[in-house]
Amino acid sequence: MGYKLSPLAFDYYLKALRNTYRIFAPVLQKGKGKFAGTDVISYGEINSLDDIMLDRKSYFSPKEVLYPIRETLFYFLNDETKAPAINVKPILILVRPCDLNGIGKLDRVFLNNGQEVDFYYARRRELIKFAMIECVEGFDTCFCVSMDSNVANNYDMAVRFDEDNITVKVVDKSLITKDLTHADTAIFEPAFIQENKVKVTIPEVDLVTKKTFDHELWEEYTSRCIACGRCNTSCITCSCYTMQDIKLSDDKKIGERRRVWAGCHIDGFTNMAGGHNFRKKNGEKMRFKTMHKINDFYKRFNEHMCVGCGRCDDVCPEYISFSKCINKLNAIVREETLHE
Amino acid sequence: MNNPYLPDAYKILDIKKETQIDYTFKIAYEGALVGGQFMEISIPGVGEAPISICNYDDSSLEMTIRKVGNLTDQIFNLEKGDTLYMRGPYGNGFNLDHYRGKDVVFIAGGTGLAPIRKTIDHFVNNPDEVKNLEVLIGFKSPKDRLFIDDIDRWSEKNCVTVTVDQGDDSWTGKTGLITTHIDKLDLTNISEKIAVVVGPPIMMKFMLFELIKKGFKEKNIWVSFERKMSCGIGKCGHCKIDETYVCLEGPVFNYTTAKALID
Repeated sequence: MGYKLSPLAFDYYLKALRNTYRIFAPVLQKGKGKFAGTDVISYGEINSLDDIMLDRKSYFSPKEVLYPIRETLFYFLNDETKAPAINVKPILILVRPCDLNGIGKLDRVFLNNGQEVDFYYARRRELIKFAMIECVEGFDTCFCVSMDSNVANNYDMAVRFDEDNITVKVVDKSLITKDLTHADTAIFEPAFIQENKVKVTIPEVDLVTKKTFDHELWEEYTSRCIACGRCNTSCITCSCYTMQDIKLSDDKKIGERRRVWAGCHIDGFTNMAGGHNFRKKNGEKMRFKTMHKINDFYKRFNEHMCVGCGRCDDVCPEYISFSKCINKLNAIVREETLHE
Repeated sequence: MNNPYLPDAYKILDIKKETQIDYTFKIAYEGALVGGQFMEISIPGVGEAPISICNYDDSSLEMTIRKVGNLTDQIFNLEKGDTLYMRGPYGNGFNLDHYRGKDVVFIAGGTGLAPIRKTIDHFVNNPDEVKNLEVLIGFKSPKDRLFIDDIDRWSEKNCVTVTVDQGDDSWTGKTGLITTHIDKLDLTNISEKIAVVVGPPIMMKFMLFELIKKGFKEKNIWVSFERKMSCGIGKCGHCKIDETYVCLEGPVFNYTTAKALID
């Protein structure tokens, strides 16, 4: 069912939803950019339509809503452990199709990989419903169409933002309030972006060989990448973390264990006690990430991990382009295959 | 919902000093285990780390821990009767069926002996289960030797070779890198012989190279990988190599699988 709302009516609708949901959307964080006086767009809780930032891509993905940057897993109290309670108010997130597909990749890792379900991810994930932002143009660095993530259908509602009105399609009937039933009905199916400016061709999974791993391409990234990890932290699908213990009292009886986001580009990710490090060169880190995003994740889950949101390109201080890397890799793999 | 991250407190029953920096902690534990599996062990407020299980029985398990970091420094301050937190076991461990009825050599470098100690012990105690059993162990120096009593016991009835990279005045045993001692193994049945290799990355690399060169078949070689798993349950990403999670599909791999894994 579709409804057409004026901006004012949409605000009333959001207000009604906020009785039940905390609503998250891309917002402009004033003065929170990397440099003094600059802003950054990231996910935050919103109150009204004006809070939602739609003109520019968010620098950070919505993953922190369901997978916080730093999360207390439990407290130690004498000899007992206790997981902290979380806010159990349901959450509605406004996401673009690429990010909605990206969250599906997080689900694969946290819910489906191995025998165990990730308790902390799962308990937040259960609270979440998705309002998909109709996205028909994308941004300069997007390549979602190439990654088959321009279309998503597992939304609870879809929203089209026009100048003068907002159209919503509600799939989950619990999201229908009287603000909608009093509004004009409309026939609305979200459209999806059909072509990006940036296109990538993924090398066929089985054609990537040891030779591809040893290619000099990766040396280029050893000289360019500075291992800052921004590509990891801005990525919707990067899910790695490291445990961190905090001592809250000197007698060691009270403390907490947290997990904090970790990234394969950041120094120390593969360090072991005693000093061995499995990926020292930054080019090796780039290779590891690239293969995970567009090769080995597929072997495990039958779908590529990268959704082509292009945030890693947006945030890299060395102007490393992941889409260019994929295309270079594809050319190399084609070349290798021809010579065999 | 089950929370797999919550550890439980376990009592330390005994601590045995193997070397200056390697202690074996015996911990009260009941539950099914396989040699070569690992536990995530921790001290509240200090940290958590994966440690392989080197021995177990119905009521206890043992882990040999090297003092090399923040957490292990603190663990070395613990005493008999203190508690240690653990969750696990994780990983596949050594499947005895892969070695039963075969001509087997276990090859360990340094602390790599810990994860295969229990498996060696099993076949020493059940000699009828294997056709032939040999053990080749390398340590850096005589003072780095682990499980000296076990090695003596194994040597009574089996062909056990211990070598040190560098001897000292009192050392009368073999010296030289472990790879230089392959020729002393019984290689008459090399195309059928099984090798289990565990050790530091550099030792594994050269040992595997030598074994293949000598004529061992890739499918007859088994290895165990070491990675710093933060979770042990396939989420944290630290042990992932290509599409393989060492904590889930390993740490024990057949070499035909292991050789294709590129960090």
